[in-house]
Amino acid sequence: MNWEAFWLTVRLAGIVSTLLVAIGIPIAYWLTYSRWRWKFLVEAAVALPIVLPPTVLGFYVLVALGSRSPLGRWWESLTGHTLAFTFEGLVIGSLLYSLPFAVQPFAASFGAVDRSLLHASASLGHSPIQTFRRVVLPLSKAGLVTGFALSFAHTLGEFGVVLMVGGNIPGVTRTISIDIYDQVQAANYSSANQTALLLLIISFVVLSAVYGANRRAWAVGPWR
Amino acid sequence: MPPISSDLEVRIRKRFPNPEGTFNLNVHFRALAGFTILFGASGAGKTTVLDCIAGLIDPDEGRIAAGGEDLYDSEKKRNVAAWKRRMGYVHQDLALFPHLTAEENVAYGLRTLSAAERRTRSRKMLDAFRIDHLRDRKPAQISGGERQRVALARALVTEPRALLLDEPLAALDRPTKSLLVGDLRQWNQHHRVPILFVTHNGEEVFALGDEVIVLDAGKIVAQGRPHEVMRAPRLETVAHLSGFENIFDATVLALSEARGTMTCRLGSSGVELETPLVRAEVGSRLRVGVRAGDLLLATESPHGLSARNILPGTILRLVQRDVIISAIVDCGGTEFEVHLTLAARDALQLRPGKAVWVVAKTHSCHLMGM
Repeated sequence: MNWEAFWLTVRLAGIVSTLLVAIGIPIAYWLTYSRWRWKFLVEAAVALPIVLPPTVLGFYVLVALGSRSPLGRWWESLTGHTLAFTFEGLVIGSLLYSLPFAVQPFAASFGAVDRSLLHASASLGHSPIQTFRRVVLPLSKAGLVTGFALSFAHTLGEFGVVLMVGGNIPGVTRTISIDIYDQVQAANYSSANQTALLLLIISFVVLSAVYGANRRAWAVGPWR
Repeated sequence: MPPISSDLEVRIRKRFPNPEGTFNLNVHFRALAGFTILFGASGAGKTTVLDCIAGLIDPDEGRIAAGGEDLYDSEKKRNVAAWKRRMGYVHQDLALFPHLTAEENVAYGLRTLSAAERRTRSRKMLDAFRIDHLRDRKPAQISGGERQRVALARALVTEPRALLLDEPLAALDRPTKSLLVGDLRQWNQHHRVPILFVTHNGEEVFALGDEVIVLDAGKIVAQGRPHEVMRAPRLETVAHLSGFENIFDATVLALSEARGTMTCRLGSSGVELETPLVRAEVGSRLRVGVRAGDLLLATESPHGLSARNILPGTILRLVQRDVIISAIVDCGGTEFEVHLTLAARDALQLRPGKAVWVVAKTHSCHLMGM
């Protein structure tokens, strides 16, 4: 059992899902309330990581982080090294990879708040932002928890993006799923089994907690 | 400090698609301090008018002003945001915040005040509306009538410049209703703001209104003091809404200016009615409305009655609705609906086929324009 890889993965998932709460709420707010006619294009872009092969996403992230892209050059001038094959690069790749798993439950729960409550709040002198803070967010607790837990669990199990963006550097970018792959390559099946089982149990526990907390809210999927 | 008494001036045009094609809302009225009833069938545009005044939806054109301040003016391209309009709006479904207690709901609109001041004011309002004992309960834990009180208190505590109430009494039983109306009236004696009260219940119009505006298909079809508009409805829409079960096409046969009456023939039948005199000519066509509760039935030809209209007929059928018997009587080809008590039916041994006389006073016959 590679505990170094395990704790690295938990740290990555924790940072990513926390950042996604901060990034996902404004995006979900905009997706819920914007009346822009081309909004559907943004919705599709946010949902892309669900269907895109992780290697495709990973490839573009790698290109974007590399020293030939403006972002990569800017980071390099700031820190002296590139983002590719670092933990920070892994965080950026994972943020994109798990974005829909945070944004979609957020947006769904914001959209489920009764419009008449928003109207009542406006009539009582609250601006849209104040209304969001005092009415929409408190009534969307379940959706926020769901988005956090799903993006956590999703990041925990990512493989393709990590391999493309982070490579396989012990203690820096070697996550638990890559460790399993390594062990299988080395025909070390019992160790692979232990690690895989642990990942399976954690994922199951997180999802059970999410479904349990939302027992009445869903009939089909975790975010619709 | 109570706000300065302020008129509400509303001129709205709005078109929007509906299942029957296009709905055209076109209203222009002024509401003074006190109750103004917006009366009409569902789909007449009442709620849309309130939504426009509150700023929740935008009219296509027009002007909305409260106390002389423009809230919306299409010519000046002015449109004050809903949250800056200071309109108290009680929505039909109340829209209490489910995650807040009754007290927190009431204090919600006092955002700009200090915590202590918020508490004092909301407690006072909870007290005035007799819901102080519920202050720590969430909306889901209190009854319908109490929720109604919380919603009203929440809107009133902000001291709005006008109050928009969308069928706030619809779900209440009668004693609860009159108690609440009493509290509302008392509040408004001190505050003197215009209260726009939407209803489709004719009874509430009489109980509340200083002024009634009748809306039909997006237009104002009648306006005035409730007893004037409702008791003498010259329009068929008002008649249906205010409970005229009998409405007939009629032709004026003769005028008697000296007596203040005229004679009308109903439809193509031979039935003639004496009605109050209105400005009409012999031969002109109009409509007559008679409430089923204003008609009498006799089982023998009555004598010595002051009522001028005594029409022989036959009972076609008797229908029981609640504790009222609705008798449909055929008088020479014209069917009248007459409301009776159960006791009257039994005492007169009424049954289909029985010969009866329908009695109507001249002034029970209301004339309406076509």
